[in-house]
Amino acid sequence: MSRLLMTVNGRAVDIEVAESRFLSDVLRLDLGLTGTKIGCNEAECGICTVLVNGTPVVSCTYPAFKALGAQVETIEGLSTDERLHPLQQAFLDHGAIQCGFCSSGLIMTAKALLDEKQATGEVPGEADIKTALKDTYCRCTGYQSVINAIQQASGQDVPPYIPSTVTAGFEVGKAQPNPDALAKIRGTAKFTDDYSFPGMLYARTLRAGVPHARIRSIDTAAARSLAGVRAVLTHKDVSGRNLHGIVDLDWPVLCDDKVRYSGDAVAIVAADTETIAAQAVERIRVEYELLAVVSDAMDAVRPGAPVLHEGRPDGNLLKHIKVNKGDVASGFAAADVIVDRTYRTPTTEHLFLEPECAIGVPAGYHPADFGGNQDAEALRGETAIHDKTSIYVGSQIPYLDRDQTAAALGVKPESVRVIATLMGGGFGGKEDVAGQVHVAMLSETTQRPVKMLYSRQESLLFHPKRHATVIRIRTGATRKGQLTAVEATLYGDGGAYASLSEKVLTRATTHATGPYTVPHVKVDCFAAYTNNAPCGAFRGFGVSQSCFAVESNMDILAEELGLDAVEFRRMNTLDVGSVTATGQKMRESVGLNECIERVDHDMRGDDFRWAWKQGHRHFAWGLAIGYKNTGLGGGAPDKSIAEVEVWVEPADSGDPVVHAEVRTSSAEMGQGLPAVLAACTAEELGIPSSRIKVLLGDTDYCPDGGPTTASRQTYVSGNAARHAAKAVLAQLAPTAAGLLECAAGAVTFAANEATAEGKSVGLAEVIMQAADSGVPLLAEYEYWAPKTQALGSGGDMHFAFGFCAQAVLCEVDSRTGKVHVHKVIAAHDVGRAINPLTLEGQIEGGIVMCIGYALTEHYIQEQGEPWTKVMARYKMPGIKHTPKIISHIVEHATASGPYGAKGVGELPSIPTSAAITNAIYRATGVRVRSLPVDQDELLRAMRSGAKEIELGWGHEQAIPTVTLGGEM
Amino acid sequence: MPSVPVARNEHRASGAGFTECESPVNYKRNAVIRICWNKYHSPRSIDEAIEWLTHYDGRAQVIGGGTDLLLEIQQGLKPAVEAMVDPCRIAGLNQVTIDEDYIVIGCAVTHTQVVSDKRIIRDGTCLVESCGVIGGPQVRNVATLAGNVAHALPAGDGSIGLLALNGEVEVADTCGRRWMPLQAAFLGPGKSAIDHHRSLLTRLRFRATGASAGSAFTRVMRPQGVALPMISMAARVQLDADNTISAVRIALGPAGPVPYLAEPAMEVLTGGPAEPGQFDKAVKAVLASAPLRTSKYRATREYRAEMIRTHLPLVLARATERACSSDAVPVGAGQ
Ligand SMILES: Cc1cc2nc3c(=O)[nH]c(=O)nc-3n(C[C@H](O)[C@H](O)[C@H](O)COP(=O)(O)OP(=O)(O)OC[C@H]3O[C@@H](n4cnc5c(N)ncnc54)[C@H](O)[C@@H]3O)c2cc1C
Ligand code: FES
Ligand code: FES
Repeated sequence: MSRLLMTVNGRAVDIEVAESRFLSDVLRLDLGLTGTKIGCNEAECGICTVLVNGTPVVSCTYPAFKALGAQVETIEGLSTDERLHPLQQAFLDHGAIQCGFCSSGLIMTAKALLDEKQATGEVPGEADIKTALKDTYCRCTGYQSVINAIQQASGQDVPPYIPSTVTAGFEVGKAQPNPDALAKIRGTAKFTDDYSFPGMLYARTLRAGVPHARIRSIDTAAARSLAGVRAVLTHKDVSGRNLHGIVDLDWPVLCDDKVRYSGDAVAIVAADTETIAAQAVERIRVEYELLAVVSDAMDAVRPGAPVLHEGRPDGNLLKHIKVNKGDVASGFAAADVIVDRTYRTPTTEHLFLEPECAIGVPAGYHPADFGGNQDAEALRGETAIHDKTSIYVGSQIPYLDRDQTAAALGVKPESVRVIATLMGGGFGGKEDVAGQVHVAMLSETTQRPVKMLYSRQESLLFHPKRHATVIRIRTGATRKGQLTAVEATLYGDGGAYASLSEKVLTRATTHATGPYTVPHVKVDCFAAYTNNAPCGAFRGFGVSQSCFAVESNMDILAEELGLDAVEFRRMNTLDVGSVTATGQKMRESVGLNECIERVDHDMRGDDFRWAWKQGHRHFAWGLAIGYKNTGLGGGAPDKSIAEVEVWVEPADSGDPVVHAEVRTSSAEMGQGLPAVLAACTAEELGIPSSRIKVLLGDTDYCPDGGPTTASRQTYVSGNAARHAAKAVLAQLAPTAAGLLECAAGAVTFAANEATAEGKSVGLAEVIMQAADSGVPLLAEYEYWAPKTQALGSGGDMHFAFGFCAQAVLCEVDSRTGKVHVHKVIAAHDVGRAINPLTLEGQIEGGIVMCIGYALTEHYIQEQGEPWTKVMARYKMPGIKHTPKIISHIVEHATASGPYGAKGVGELPSIPTSAAITNAIYRATGVRVRSLPVDQDELLRAMRSGAKEIELGWGHEQAIPTVTLGGEM
Repeated sequence: MPSVPVARNEHRASGAGFTECESPVNYKRNAVIRICWNKYHSPRSIDEAIEWLTHYDGRAQVIGGGTDLLLEIQQGLKPAVEAMVDPCRIAGLNQVTIDEDYIVIGCAVTHTQVVSDKRIIRDGTCLVESCGVIGGPQVRNVATLAGNVAHALPAGDGSIGLLALNGEVEVADTCGRRWMPLQAAFLGPGKSAIDHHRSLLTRLRFRATGASAGSAFTRVMRPQGVALPMISMAARVQLDADNTISAVRIALGPAGPVPYLAEPAMEVLTGGPAEPGQFDKAVKAVLASAPLRTSKYRATREYRAEMIRTHLPLVLARATERACSSDAVPVGAGQ
């Protein structure tokens, strides 16, 4: 220990710390300044940026003693209780904050820029901002709002970019920041790793490190004997069910006989410090008998392939998914032109900026027993008494986590409580169980709180990814441009465990005609187990993959037919009255043609050309359209329960004020659900959303909102909240009637008042009266979405679809093959924009994520061994990749959605990649059939005159030959 | 002054002891090692720095910005050390100075300092262009040119720029201080002639390009994978009064195990006019001699050759242009 003197946020710090400390550790652990977040510990993501003597540095890689005597500034120093820094205010106003995990990094980096510019009397332009924030990443926003916010904060007149929408109601339709944004922007919001419970231990997981092996023996003796180790657990210590899984139970909590991918968990350790836990993990000896590895979906289903899950009747075939409509043979016979191509998409990684973290707290935990502050009133947090096994975790499905943990512990679900913490991004990657079960086991064993924080590297290794696919698709059309048939075969790499493979690849299959009317359809999809990382949910849910294939084929067809690419699409689009590939008749809310028209109109501004050249700069437009279901669909019961409670608080001046809380255990990962729930509740109650509290995801205090997936929460929980609010008012109606001396049926509620027969009384008064007479002020509503039918039944597979069109302006540098997206014009039919600000954030973030899918991202595995072991090997789009995004909101209301809304979470992340490769084709004459685009391959094709390329970056081999209908 | 309220967390990663790490990236442990050193020394003089290094007898290491070193240790590619010796508080070493025709850069000078130094902008433009593309601002604010050179990567951007400028490095150890040519510092990929455990690279220098010479650098990156260039190249062109090239240096990488000096191309150009036809000959000479390779997930040999074809003439033209004018506006720095 040595003495470290420095100034932090203007205050002198004088502490004794180990000289081995990094600056981020001193700030977060020694000074409790947890507003500085850790995304990678690799100097890669930039979100840990703080200022040292005014200069931005990444604190995770900055030795603390390098800062001896320095002035350090962190996010906590920016605002006072009363006043936000202009950057913080601008980030709020512009919605430049979603999950908020990156926000302090973006803001501190931007602050250095503003300070520097101010000193010379300048204001930063877009280019300055892009240079300064080049290596400070955000996975949620897509950066456009960040750029605008920084410009506004520097005093420039840059208003928030909010597309026009239909007239707002009382609260629904208003652009407002998410209710939790303020705490996030100040750096006071707590994510899981920001909690520190008295007496807490630190946990680590021993991962397999080999992709496929039989476990001969596990020897933990040496680990146990290490001083400071409190527990070492293996499969033998799983007292209940040693399996988990969202759809199929096939994923061991801790591996027993076999390991099936490098990230498999074999043993877990809890110790007094992270270092000791890490050392203990090193001392565990596991003897493996290595097995042959299967690392490709097509190889996996060939006869004789090594089998991952012995005893499954179909071997490695996880599922054969089929869509059949009409008779493709006659469809192709009627076609004048047929395009037949095979495409490939890479495995990709969510790269949410907050690595997984879970904290287990044992039943009967009293913080005072460990010398901590204890507050008998506290419901949750470090000072609370915990009477159940509790898990603090940023999770997309709190109730399922609870049930799966209880099953593994061998206890009733009600004896486990999941307390959802803020989530630093999810995008589908936090649906499967990560450390939840492990920390519960360790905390019950040690009777201490236990924290399990994954390093970025462990997160990359462990969690389910987006499915790599190979898609052969044959599309036929008449000379006039009418689609006649689509036949496709898909192979999806499901990885080692089922996760959501079946559901994801079903969506890829059912959406494999694109949003078009196609009379004859046959699609076969083979989901396979391999020794790669498991694949599961990822924004787009399979549709991002098939859309790339569908929309590439559509452009090729248009060219062969000599038709305009937009016109050809418009001749075949779904509309009200059309029937989808699965036989669903569209009865309402199909805004697709309007989306196309809005985009087409903007794109064809003055002197429009599809493509042109300026020296070595080849420019071109490309367009693609997409659609995506809202809700689980396919016959799955789809419901959400919400609870609304109202009360009255005395105001500083004037009349008492009505407040409400809406509770449901759904997840917020930055997508803006609290704002939606607050708006829906406020709209019904007639009070401003600022007076609505939103509590999400405490399974003891919130009813089940179901999984946060499939773009469903706005629809189902929005509806549940709205109906629960109505139910509260219905309960209050008799009281109001009493006060108004009328029949209960005559009372209407609006604008904070109850009214009947020309008389009115304040809602506050009604509530106080009701409270006095024992009328319940709380109501729960269980909302059931319209019933859907299973695939194959020909009925309605989904209760709603979102639609979109996107046009991109790309540049290809003919000297390097480098691709840059300059502009995206987008239109999204979302039914109704409940909050245009957070909605626009979803759209911009989704588009930029899909630019990454097209141009930068590939999680590479070689024979089951990840090459992408560190974040430095996985590039998501940075601020330099951000195009100018022009966004149109189309609102074709769906009757049963809340105020007409459908989901939007995934839609924007679907067509962008195909639009980009379509543009690349126009710019260069080269058709790209594998993502992500490899500039090396592209340039060589441009030089050699090759018309198509099938190697994306990270692909070593050509796309395999796919037989239509498959080999089964 | 009141001190910040302290919420100490004694339980996490205390400083006692450190674990050894093995290579390569050892994700099985998935605990990135957070303890890379036990003692952190910031000596006030070169002598003191050498004393510390001698004291630890190989168990200490020199640290610059740590942007290479600390990541390599944490990822298990290099062992943790007992002590770090950080020269950033040694008087004079965090400055750029002029010594007759030489521009001298202390080992604690960061890329950000290099990029904003007016004298280097004018008289060592390619160094500004090369240091200016390293990492992002946060990395450049701490990472040093000395660290880039000491790391000895075949395409370390700063190293390529400095090689074109015919740079030299000064090394201090128990035997004293001496200058050596930059090239002599590179032994192989990641292998430096300077022992980072026992000696200190104190300063780097190069001759100012002055009125009759100019320099330029460019590189080609891909948006995926590691932040290493597909190829980078730099040139320094010295002109006679009649616009013939009196001296030229061309550096590029990766081509072979160390930053590559394209001597055959330099010979082709020397004594001839500074014009496109000559530049094309230089390209041919590079392609005939440089050991270009395909590196997995980074670039094919063919692509690299093509980039030399398209970009080397541009770099030579830009260097020539700068040789003819007294001012230079660096291109691409900060990109
Ligand atoms: C996100 C990111 C992006 C990057 N991008 C690039 C890039 O585009 N191009 C590029 O070339 N590099 C890049 N780098 C690598 C790195 O930042 C640079 O090489 C940098 O110049 C290293 O300098 P440093 O001061 O941080 O070196 P350190 O990490 O401190 O040291 C590197 C090595 O040199 C030794 N050393 C350092 N100083 C001395 C000295 N004075 N005497 C003796 N030995 C010494 C150390 O012991 C160590 O072995 C990147 C790094 C990161 C994290
Ligand atoms: S750069 Fe420090 S946490 Fe990512
Ligand atoms: S808001 Fe930037 S990462 Fe989530």
